[in-house]
Amino acid sequence: AAALSAVKSPLSATDEKLTSREDITTYNNYYEFGTDKASPAAKAKTLKTSPWTVKVDGLVAKPADYALEDILKPVTLEERIYRMRCVEGWSMVIPWVGFPLADLIKRVEPLGSAKYVAFETAFRPDEMPGTDTIFPVLDWPYVEGLRMDEAMHPLTILAVGLYGETLPNQNGAPIRIVVPWKYGFKGIKSITRISFVEKQPETAWNKQAPDEYGFYANVNPKVDHPRWSQATERRIGEGGLFVKRRPTLPFNGYADQVAQLYAGMDLKKFY
Amino acid sequence: MAGPISAQGAKRGFAVPQVPKIAVYVIGFIPAVWLFYEGVNDRLGADPMRYLEQALGLWALRFLIASLTVTPLRQLAGVNLLRYRRALGLLAFYYAALHLVTYLVLDQGLDFAAIWADIVKRPYITIGMATFVILVPLALTSNNAAIRRLGGQAWARLHRLVYVAAIGAALHFLLVVKSWPPEPLVYTAIVLVLLGYRLVRSLAKKASPRRRPA
Repeated sequence: AAALSAVKSPLSATDEKLTSREDITTYNNYYEFGTDKASPAAKAKTLKTSPWTVKVDGLVAKPADYALEDILKPVTLEERIYRMRCVEGWSMVIPWVGFPLADLIKRVEPLGSAKYVAFETAFRPDEMPGTDTIFPVLDWPYVEGLRMDEAMHPLTILAVGLYGETLPNQNGAPIRIVVPWKYGFKGIKSITRISFVEKQPETAWNKQAPDEYGFYANVNPKVDHPRWSQATERRIGEGGLFVKRRPTLPFNGYADQVAQLYAGMDLKKFY
Repeated sequence: MAGPISAQGAKRGFAVPQVPKIAVYVIGFIPAVWLFYEGVNDRLGADPMRYLEQALGLWALRFLIASLTVTPLRQLAGVNLLRYRRALGLLAFYYAALHLVTYLVLDQGLDFAAIWADIVKRPYITIGMATFVILVPLALTSNNAAIRRLGGQAWARLHRLVYVAAIGAALHFLLVVKSWPPEPLVYTAIVLVLLGYRLVRSLAKKASPRRRPA
């Protein structure tokens, strides 16, 4: 991992103890490299992250295959310390390095008809052993999406590093989304395509189990996963065997900044 | 025609070295001791409580499966491990109990409101709890005194509940994960094969009734 220089951001959650680098980089859900939490750290080394291009297409004035270096050239990298709440009921505090997704969106000039942004993860069975199974765990490639206002929100970032260094592969190298008020699965990793679309795009987990994983997937202690409660969470690295559950906060504690995006929406229906 | 192998026939099959039963318990508890030791020393990864909880549950299922392989092994391969079956079954129960205690104390912090909500609202918890409840009478009657008191037939009928427990344990595992990862599917398949074998065998027996001894 190479060092990255980044400026501090007022949007960081500075009152929280950081999860250790060790835990952040060894406890991962990245099913392209296996369903076990330890698999991505063990197996993701095979992913070739350089050279890397991101295809930008759809309802956009400047569609192209952008080299990662060109995407990063004009941006100022920031450190963003965010809480990360997994839909499984655990959480971390991660010092990401990245830049607002809005910066990139503005540069490629979406058309007025673009209402959503769709993302796609690399799909390379040769480099991703978890995709090469008899029963696919998910319908590959992994796809995700955001409403345009969510994508443009200042909290939404494209992350390229953590703890001041480039992302380890298991954390979604070389470039991934982080949307801190949503469950972790919305943070699509190793992005190869960004499409601007009119209709709400399909998302990988929603396709797998539509009644369990919604398009919005906003962290919400009042809306349970059909099979488990979302009222509390375990903070990784806190207490070891004797970890204490802490209450999960609406919008993962970012309600002040993002609740207005969903004014008037029934969050039980749009989970 | 290949009929069921009698106990005598089985004994003639393979000579299994006579390991004392206590050895099964000693070996069987190694994973638990190791897990607690590693756990207390914070060496079970980023989410040690969840690791301990899941590992104990998995060992319970493994021992349950092991106890269910004793009969097919004897009937199909002539390997008689019958004298260790009780130890395997009890180990399954002990691990299930440790798994449950971990859930109640470490996972839920004895928050009985949350636990009760889980039992009532979450099918995988409901099934897991029901599976444990089924194992309790089986564990309590896993001794010679209980067999004498109940009589062999009634005891055997009661202990057929282990089939329900095996299905419950597999379902509990399948329902706790996201999507359909391979591990719970493999365990479920093993349980289904072991139970399917018994079903097919009992159906075949009914189809061709053999003369019963008077």
